[in-house]
Amino acid sequence: MSNAKIIKIALVGNPNTGKTSLFNQLTGLKQNVGNYPGITVDRKEGFFKLNATTSASIIDLPGTYSINPTTLDENIVLETLFHPAKNEAPDVVVMVADVENLKRNLLLFSQLKDLEIPIILAINMADQMKRKGISIDIEALKTDLDTEVLLISARKNQGIDTLKKHILNYKKISTQALDGLSIKIDKEFFGALKETFPNKSLYQAWLTITQFHNLKNLSIIEKEAAQEFLNCHNKVKHLQHKETILRYQKINNILKKDYKVDRLKGSDLRAKLDKVLMHRVFGYVIFFLVLFLIFESIFDWAIGPMNFIDNLFLQLSNWTEMQLPPGVLTNLIVHGIIPGLGGIAIFIPQIAILFLFIAVLEETGYMSRVVFLMDKIMRLFGLNGKSVVPLMSGTACAIPAIMAARNISSWKERLITILVTPFITCSARLPIYAIIISLIIPNERLFGILSLQATVLMLLYLIGFLTAIISAFILDKTLKIKKRAFFIVEMPNYKLPSPKNVAYTVIEKTKAFIFGAGKIILALSIVLWFLASNGPSKFKDAEQIVTQDNPELNTTSPDFNQKVGSYKLEHSYIGYMGKAIEPIIKPLGYDWKIGIALISSFAAREVFVGTLATIYSVENEGDTETIRERMKKEINQDTGKPLFDFPTGMSLLLYYVFAMQCMSTLAVVKRETNSWKWPILQLFFMTGIAYLVSFTIYTFLS
Amino acid sequence: MKTTVAKLKVGERGRIEQIAIESIPLNLLEMGCLPGKEIELIQVAPFNDPLYIRVNGSHLAIRRDVAAKIQITKL
Repeated sequence: MSNAKIIKIALVGNPNTGKTSLFNQLTGLKQNVGNYPGITVDRKEGFFKLNATTSASIIDLPGTYSINPTTLDENIVLETLFHPAKNEAPDVVVMVADVENLKRNLLLFSQLKDLEIPIILAINMADQMKRKGISIDIEALKTDLDTEVLLISARKNQGIDTLKKHILNYKKISTQALDGLSIKIDKEFFGALKETFPNKSLYQAWLTITQFHNLKNLSIIEKEAAQEFLNCHNKVKHLQHKETILRYQKINNILKKDYKVDRLKGSDLRAKLDKVLMHRVFGYVIFFLVLFLIFESIFDWAIGPMNFIDNLFLQLSNWTEMQLPPGVLTNLIVHGIIPGLGGIAIFIPQIAILFLFIAVLEETGYMSRVVFLMDKIMRLFGLNGKSVVPLMSGTACAIPAIMAARNISSWKERLITILVTPFITCSARLPIYAIIISLIIPNERLFGILSLQATVLMLLYLIGFLTAIISAFILDKTLKIKKRAFFIVEMPNYKLPSPKNVAYTVIEKTKAFIFGAGKIILALSIVLWFLASNGPSKFKDAEQIVTQDNPELNTTSPDFNQKVGSYKLEHSYIGYMGKAIEPIIKPLGYDWKIGIALISSFAAREVFVGTLATIYSVENEGDTETIRERMKKEINQDTGKPLFDFPTGMSLLLYYVFAMQCMSTLAVVKRETNSWKWPILQLFFMTGIAYLVSFTIYTFLS
Repeated sequence: MKTTVAKLKVGERGRIEQIAIESIPLNLLEMGCLPGKEIELIQVAPFNDPLYIRVNGSHLAIRRDVAAKIQITKL
């Protein structure tokens, strides 16, 4: 097919207009999420066929109310449509508008139209028109807006074929500006502007001077010209306001004749639900019930699949070992790569369940109400109502949580959210908490009802949360960053969630975790495997030495093999590393064996338990009960008492509450803040707090 | 009576003043908060902030400091 053509489409629209529904409807699962070069905004691209010979690639641009950006996400819309990087320029723009809020949607349309690009206006949720008493004269709109206009219903798959026809004929669409911006606003100013940029249209010149700091691909000469022009003319802000008002006047005049709404028919579902969900008291009660339901499900529903995944990888590892000839490569696969992959896969159930809930809450419109309810409280601590989503997500995994902070428009509030999110107890800490709590806290009931062990677990979550909040407060007072952005959140209409959209969000976020954190976890697992399975001379002669020391043992017995394994780990590179840090961690009550486990848990915290199992040469490494029994027997060489006693146990628990013990999180923070400064600060501060607290509690208790 | 959105009580309405446009942030204006338009305070969050308003067909939450900049004539 040499004459096959690909049409490049950019999909734009206000948030909550069903843009993503249309994207999913057009592309199905033929979509991938990448990054825009140099920045961290997700770039969603999909592909579909228009007819036998022509296909289309479509970019789902972030939702925005205006071409003038207030967040990083919105900046992408400006850049892609006005000054795109090479090969990023779309052939045609499809703008999705909400039939109920057409007036506000048309503001963005009028700005885009003035960029002189072909644009198709798809008015979505047309199936709701009758119920809401709305009627539109489409033919008149086409003339007045000077472009193709059509009604669609993305969720019901209506109007999609007509849209495809319009896309195929995009070359016939008028690219005339609507002149929302006219020289008449200020003859002197715009006359001078025209003279400074003779090769640009008036609107292009206007965007150049108002947005040049947001345009990466603008030439330096143009940037300087823009700056110089601004130095002489300082009433830009006033003119921007005037421009917006004039645009709305134009839109109003058009809609007055082309758009009719029978007010009596509007439903008051929104008002009724808002009264309850945003109530001063019930609002919070409902929100905490929802939170409780989410946590309950993360732990309850995820346990089955997690055990299944755990067993699956254990068996895969055993099976592979039997199939392959013994050797270094087999060793790498069986003890390095497969457990590494297992360490990633084990988190998938919890992450998928959490994002299932978050997607449903966002789809229904409830999340915006939570932002409204929580904003003031969060602001007391330097956060933002929108920080609720990252902090909630943090209970599953800090990586998607930190990425969720992107839609906070104030950089300071976003940065603080990113910095404190790792304090929230993530699911990787849970296996450590579980095993240590069962060792040091008696299985008794408080006042006959509350399980003592469960209470301690709850307290650890609470300490994590409180530390996050307090750190945010301190950061707010110490970080010298000026807040500029305003907090404006739209309260969308309540909707039933579309299963398709929810499913796609869950798949997308889970993929982001697997490929974001997964790479690092896997790479680190392999490095750690190497360090643990290689070592200087004593490591190589392990079998001989063990035979000499234990002449009574049969060299084929499992006992002997375990002794060799544990001797090897002690004399491997990582074993020496553990011993090297022993002087540092001794004040916390740890020995070199725990040191090894601390180091290896940098890949992912839950590796701690598995490493201890190997060091203590537990026969069945997958079985928590046997690891626990073995840990119970471990003796502190100095005191002769059990190693995992109350002081050491508490010290370890608190260490994991505070410490920045996760490479992948550091990598994500580096990516999101675009600097090494913040992850390094985070590493030293969090681990420093962890050390101090553990040291204090250990000294105090023993 | 001249006042600001921040001083309205829940359920009260006002008309946005012509002269005040420059004190309103541009993105609020772009979302429909225009001079001459009617604005209603629907709800106030616990602890008195943010405010939930309806203006020109949009339902928005804004913080009190911004609301205090929107000058209106009470209706």
